[in-house]
Amino acid sequence: MAGEMQIDTPIRAETGAEAGPRGPGCSLRHFACEQNLLSRPDGSASFLQGDTSVLAGVYGPAEVKVSKEIFNKATLEVLLRPKTGLPGVAEKSRERLIRNTCEAVVLGALHPRTSITVVLQVVSDAGSLLACCLNAACMALVDAGVPMRALFCGVTCALDSDGNLVLDPTLKQEKEARAVLTFALDSVERKLLMSTTKGLYSNAELQQCLAAAQAASQHVFHFYRESLQRRYSKS
Amino acid sequence: MAEAVAVAVESLAGVKARAARTVLGQVVLPGEELLLPEQEDAEGPGGAGERPLRLNPGVRSRVRVVCGPGLRRCGDRLLVTKCGRLRHKEPGGGGGGVYWVDSQQKRYVPVKGDHVIGIVIAKSGDIFKVDVGGSEPASLSYLAFEGATKRNRPNVQVGDLIYGQFVVANKDMEPEMVCIDSCGRANGMGVIGQDGLLFKVTLGLIRKLLAPDCEIIQEVGKLYPLEIVFGMNGRIWVKAKTIQQTLILANILEACEHMTTDQRKQIFSRLAER
Repeated sequence: MAGEMQIDTPIRAETGAEAGPRGPGCSLRHFACEQNLLSRPDGSASFLQGDTSVLAGVYGPAEVKVSKEIFNKATLEVLLRPKTGLPGVAEKSRERLIRNTCEAVVLGALHPRTSITVVLQVVSDAGSLLACCLNAACMALVDAGVPMRALFCGVTCALDSDGNLVLDPTLKQEKEARAVLTFALDSVERKLLMSTTKGLYSNAELQQCLAAAQAASQHVFHFYRESLQRRYSKS
Repeated sequence: MAEAVAVAVESLAGVKARAARTVLGQVVLPGEELLLPEQEDAEGPGGAGERPLRLNPGVRSRVRVVCGPGLRRCGDRLLVTKCGRLRHKEPGGGGGGVYWVDSQQKRYVPVKGDHVIGIVIAKSGDIFKVDVGGSEPASLSYLAFEGATKRNRPNVQVGDLIYGQFVVANKDMEPEMVCIDSCGRANGMGVIGQDGLLFKVTLGLIRKLLAPDCEIIQEVGKLYPLEIVFGMNGRIWVKAKTIQQTLILANILEACEHMTTDQRKQIFSRLAER
């Protein structure tokens, strides 16, 4: 079992000169990740980003209902459970975004006529929830040993009214922001797998956010590696 | 803007392929690219610019390398698909041997030739359906037991434990088990007797226990007289003289996964004193 680990990742110190003006709060919050903490699922992970926390469980490759069976690849299902109450439209929309991202990296053709189910439980939401869900889903898929083309991570950027860029915003920063953009990036080519945006922004700002997210993804992937090495160090 | 692009390009260069030989025993992640020894001199550091001109570069001395679980071939490249430690087995005679990724997953995927413990879930006509923990139940013919004939059916009930071997296991077909070897002998396979305890562990632990030079099994054997069956699907069946001893053995084997050699030795010596 991987112990909890935390690293602070100040982007500013690492990349030196960045694009565009940036506020003082421009860094990722600290991460923490624990894997294989649930006994029943085939893979599980909990991911923390600041005060946002998501618990993920993966079942698969398992038996599939005949109605959902796909003859040449695995059926991928993502279920997102909110902290309280039943999943609504917002959750369904997020589920779809996460499922599409997972489908891009999971090698489903290796397990045809099976199902891979990812269940995400929101433990606490303090901003950048979708990014945290993506990270938790990735770690749980890796833990379950599902064959993947690459790793992926989610990064959220917020643009405030002055045009300042904030990475990994808190709930308060998200509310005050002019635009909130979430990207999913893969680990091999750092290419965009999924993006979802809310609010007003210019084309240049989008490119700027994407570049910042790509730089930030490096830290997330570095953290993945450290976390997984920790998990395998005990065997 | 231009600076940001430069940063992105730098990060791309950071994920360069590593030589398979240098990462043996280390943790590899999905998406990583590995270089085989034959490719190292061609694509390795410094090799790009000054390569001696060969007379016929088309014919490279190619060594046969087998890709095990967790790795896949994509053209000339060797890519990792699972997280775990990279392992390598030296070839018996010539070739590049076998590379594979040793991961700690819990879900079993049937592999041809694996010995597994299954639970009979249904009897239908002349086949049994056996749950082996994979994505679909395996089929087992009633004729695939030692001494079984059309007249002389084996006594197998729903709920019985079966120790058998896969003869058909691939992603496109229903897995099929047998309880006889190629000579028609049971060779230890068949229905596992009454009582005893079945429990599940990770697939990594089973592989560790079944390794030819595993100390754990020898130490456990010295503790109590026991009967034990390991299934590659992560199931262990154990039976000792008393229920208490059976439970102790099951707990020890389960705990072995996260213990160092010293911790294990301590526990075994403490148990032996009692």
